Amino acid sequence: MIDRIGRRAVAAVQAIGRFGHFLADVARAVGDFSTWRGPVLVQMRRIGVDSLPVALFIAAFTGIVLALQASYTFTGTVPLYVVGAVVGKTIMLELGPVLTGLALAGRVGASVAAELGTMKVTEQVDALETLAYDPHAYLVVPRVLAGTVMVPLVVALGIVTGIVTGWLTSLALLDLSTAEFLKGLKLLYRFKDIWFGLAKSASFGLTITLVGCRLGLGTRGGAEGVGLSTTRAVVYSAMLILVLDAFWAVVLL
Amino acid sequence: MIQFRDLRKAFDDNVVLQGFTLDVADGETMVIIGFSGSGKSVALKHVVGLLHPDAGDVIVDGRAVSTLDRAGLTALRHEIGYVFQFAALFDSMTVAENVGLGLVRRGLGDEEIAERVAEALALVDLTGTDAKLPAELSGGMRKRVGIARAIALKPRYILYDEPTTGLDPVTSAVIDRLMVRTREHLGVTGIVVTHDLRSAYTVGDRIAMLYEGRIRQAGTVAEIQRTTDPVVRQFIEGRPE
Repeated sequence: MIDRIGRRAVAAVQAIGRFGHFLADVARAVGDFSTWRGPVLVQMRRIGVDSLPVALFIAAFTGIVLALQASYTFTGTVPLYVVGAVVGKTIMLELGPVLTGLALAGRVGASVAAELGTMKVTEQVDALETLAYDPHAYLVVPRVLAGTVMVPLVVALGIVTGIVTGWLTSLALLDLSTAEFLKGLKLLYRFKDIWFGLAKSASFGLTITLVGCRLGLGTRGGAEGVGLSTTRAVVYSAMLILVLDAFWAVVLL
Repeated sequence: MIQFRDLRKAFDDNVVLQGFTLDVADGETMVIIGFSGSGKSVALKHVVGLLHPDAGDVIVDGRAVSTLDRAGLTALRHEIGYVFQFAALFDSMTVAENVGLGLVRRGLGDEEIAERVAEALALVDLTGTDAKLPAELSGGMRKRVGIARAIALKPRYILYDEPTTGLDPVTSAVIDRLMVRTREHLGVTGIVVTHDLRSAYTVGDRIAMLYEGRIRQAGTVAEIQRTTDPVVRQFIEGRPE
C-alpha cells in the first residue's frame, strides 16, 4: 500500500517536472518567429473560426434559457426589466466564458491531442526534428498563441449572441420592451464585466492548447495511446477550466 | 565519418544497446542487420540526436552528438537526411510540400526549392505526383517520397531505417536500386538498418550484425556471406534455431 502510494507520488512529481520542461521549451520556442509565423494563421482559423458554430449555438440557447429562468424567478417580486441585468451579467462574467471554454476543451483540446499524438506515434514529430525544425516552435507555439488569442474572440461573439437571444426572448415571450431590457442590461453593468470575462477566456484558451499539445507530444504506443491522450486532454482541460474559473473569481472579483 | 563509441541505451529495465561500437567511413554504405527488436533503429536515432545515450556517444566528423547544443544539433541535422521506416510523411501536406519542407528551413528561395523538389522527385521516378497527398500514394511510393525528402537536402549522410520493410519483392528491388543510384548520384555516406538480406547484399559495402546490444561481426558482403559465426550464420540462413 505504502509502496503504491510512493510510486504514484513519484510519478506525479515526475509528470509535473516534465510539464515544467515542456513550458520552458515552449517559452524558448516563442523566439523562433520564422518557424511559427506561417502555421499560426492556419491554427487561428482552425481553433477560432471553425469553433464559432458550436460556440454560438451554445451561447444562443444559454441566452434564451437565462431570460426565461430569470423571468420565472423574478415574476411578482422584482421588476421584470432586471431580466436584462441577469442575462448580461451572467453571460459576460460566467456562462459565456465557461460554457464556451468547456465546449472548446472538447472540440479543440481533443483535436490538438489527437493530431499531435498521431504525428508522434507515426514518427512525423521525429521527421520534423531531423529536418532541423523545433517541434515546439512548429507545432506547439502556433496552437497555443492561436488558442490564447482566438478563444476570447469566440467568447466575445458568444456573449453578443447570448445577449441578443435573451433580448429577443424577452420581446417575444416575456412582454418586455427593448427599452426595458436595455435598462436592465445597463443597470448592473461595469466595464470590468467585459474584460474579466475575456481575460478569463484567454487563460482557458492557453490552458486547453497547452494541455492538448503536451499530452499529444507525450503519446506512446499506437491508436490506443492516441485515444488515451485525447481523453485525458479533454478531462484535464475541463477540470483546469473550472479550477481557473474559481481562481480568477477569488483573485479579480 | 560516423563513429559509434561504446553506445549504451536502456528503456526502463530493457537494455537495448550495451557497448555498440562501429565506424562508418566517408563514402561507404554500411548496412546494420539484426533480429527484430535488436536495437538497430535505436542506434540510428542517436546519430541525429533523436535519442540521448545513457553512456558512450556517436561522433560525426569529430562532433560528439550528445554534447551538441541546439545550434550545433541544427547544423548537424542540416547535413543528414533520414528516411523513416514508414516514411513519416506529413499527412496534411502535398508530396511537393513534404519534399520541400526541409529546404524551407534552410532558407532557400521558392524557385530553388521548386527546382530541388522536381529534381528529387525525378530521381525517385515520381515526377508528376507533386500535388498528391500521402494518403493517395501506395506504400512503395510513400517510401520513395521519404527518400526524395532526404535527398532533396543534398546531405553528406543518409540514414535509412528499414527502407524495404513491408514492401513486395519488386518494390523492394526498386528501393534498393534507388539507394544505390542515390549514392552514385550524390556520393553520400549511408547507413542502412534492415533485416532484409537481399537488400543488404545489394546496397551495402560493409555489413555489421547487431546482436545483444553490440556488434557481433562486421565485414564486407563476401565476408559476411562466408562467416562461420553461428549467430550470424543462423541469421543469414534464416534458421529458427
